[in-house]
Amino acid sequence: MNPFALIGRFTILFLSEIGRLAEFAADALPSIITPPIYLRLTGEQLMRIGFYSLPVVGLTAFFTGGALALQIFIGGDRYGAESFVPQIVVLGITRELGPVMAGLMVAGRVSAAIAAELGTMRVTEQIDALVTLSTNPFKYLVAPRIVAAVISMPLLVAVADVIGVFGGWVVGTQSLGFNSSVYLKNTADFVTNSDVISGLWKAAAFGFIIALMGCYHGYHSRGGAQGVGGATTNAVVSAAILILATNYVMTSLLFSR
Amino acid sequence: MATPKIELKGVTKRFGPKVVLDGIDLGVQPGESLVIIGGSGTGKSVTLKCILGLIHPERGSIKVDGQEVTRLSASAREKVNRKFGMLFQGSALFDSLPVWENVAFALIQGHGVGRDQAKKIALQKLAKVGLTKDVGELSPSELSGGMQKRVGLARAIAADPEIIFFDEPTTGLDPIMADVINELIVKTVKDMGVTTLSITHDMVSARKIADKIAMLYKGKIIWAGRKEDIDKSGNEFVDQFIHGRAEGPIKMEIAR
Ligand SMILES: Nc1ncnc2c1ncn2[C@@H]1O[C@H](COP(=O)(O)OP(=O)(O)OP(=O)(O)O)[C@@H](O)[C@H]1O
Ligand SMILES: [Mg+2]
Repeated sequence: MNPFALIGRFTILFLSEIGRLAEFAADALPSIITPPIYLRLTGEQLMRIGFYSLPVVGLTAFFTGGALALQIFIGGDRYGAESFVPQIVVLGITRELGPVMAGLMVAGRVSAAIAAELGTMRVTEQIDALVTLSTNPFKYLVAPRIVAAVISMPLLVAVADVIGVFGGWVVGTQSLGFNSSVYLKNTADFVTNSDVISGLWKAAAFGFIIALMGCYHGYHSRGGAQGVGGATTNAVVSAAILILATNYVMTSLLFSR
Repeated sequence: MATPKIELKGVTKRFGPKVVLDGIDLGVQPGESLVIIGGSGTGKSVTLKCILGLIHPERGSIKVDGQEVTRLSASAREKVNRKFGMLFQGSALFDSLPVWENVAFALIQGHGVGRDQAKKIALQKLAKVGLTKDVGELSPSELSGGMQKRVGLARAIAADPEIIFFDEPTTGLDPIMADVINELIVKTVKDMGVTTLSITHDMVSARKIADKIAMLYKGKIIWAGRKEDIDKSGNEFVDQFIHGRAEGPIKMEIAR
């Protein structure tokens, strides 16, 4: 096939996908603030998206903090900078790794689950049934998930920050020979509010991306089990890529001097 | 004559190159029961979905109580859909909710009825389709296909709509239950004075519930009339269909 035609077709597909996504987001956002607001459903989603993600996010943060401490110690050794482990761990976790790792893990868990659920509802005509029962699917299905994810993610990342630092502390004191109270004091003296808050802003943005990608791909899925499977994969992949891209943009905006 | 409850004029719908509806004209009078018959894949379900606003036709006009509904905003559409009850061909029950909440859905969400009161009404409607109280607590995935169909039926009539659409109400039911459902539909129409538009392959059911019958073939309504007249329609397509003959003007697209 003509390579130009291929590039052209791909570009058109890509642009129309962006257009559909923008249209979807434009329908979803007003539905969050206009009544009826389904508080009970939002609460349910808070449990499913937030609470049940705690173990995954906690474990990820713990091992990331530990590995980070090891790497900084080994790398810093070359410049005699190995004593900076606590400072660099807390900075790395709160600014970058906490939100990004939590975002990616929750994307894997939640975007997939949302896409599979909404996708199944689409292909079994449950979403059509909602409409015939005079219920707006955006308000009933999409809005509670987006609200719950945007609220959950900063809370999860706050927990991840603490556990990540704890992971660094465990490795630092148990195998790198740091004194426990010195490690904690260095951490507390070094970290600032803005380090933590910048990470929480990122977390809220990632929460929006996670729920939006899950809902969008699920809502537009078609063609039975295979279609739902494809929607699930696309939701996770696109959420992960968007999280990493957004993270870069937000880092460059939040920390530009 | 009064304004028709539902009126379709020249409704056209295609999926890609495939023309499914090719200018449908159809009218349903208030309190009337119209049954659409036709082969599998001729666009009967698509016709209902066009009226409900789930599928948007390319051309043509659809009026409900004289109001044009093809280009409605989401909120206006919600208001129109309050008049409707719909039984989906595949039931389309919400598998995240117990059976009784499925039936009570329109009452709780749309009409603001309290949960206790709604549950009571839901259990009454379930009893009407021959399902007991215990079934109300089950999840839809725990039901047989025929039971799901009956729950879907209960859900369609729960909020006392003005217009009810039944997409194959008796498919998958045993003959006795099918007759119970037919009776229920006839009784619902008589008692509540509702207008119904049904789809069926089952001629026994069609003769029982219909006032009028319309036959869909190749994207058009090729015959419509009172059910008493269907045996002397003089239309060879209709004759072949109602007698279920493989030989005739309707050629099934299968290799022989
Ligand atoms: N969403 C869709 N996308 C593409 N094609 C569709 C869609 N919905 C229906 N069709 C096509 O439209 C045609 C009519 O479908 P429809 O479901 O209305 O058939 P039907 O008359 O209800 O048949 P049956 O009696 O088997 O239920 C079919 O050929 C189907 O392939
Ligand atoms: Mg059908």
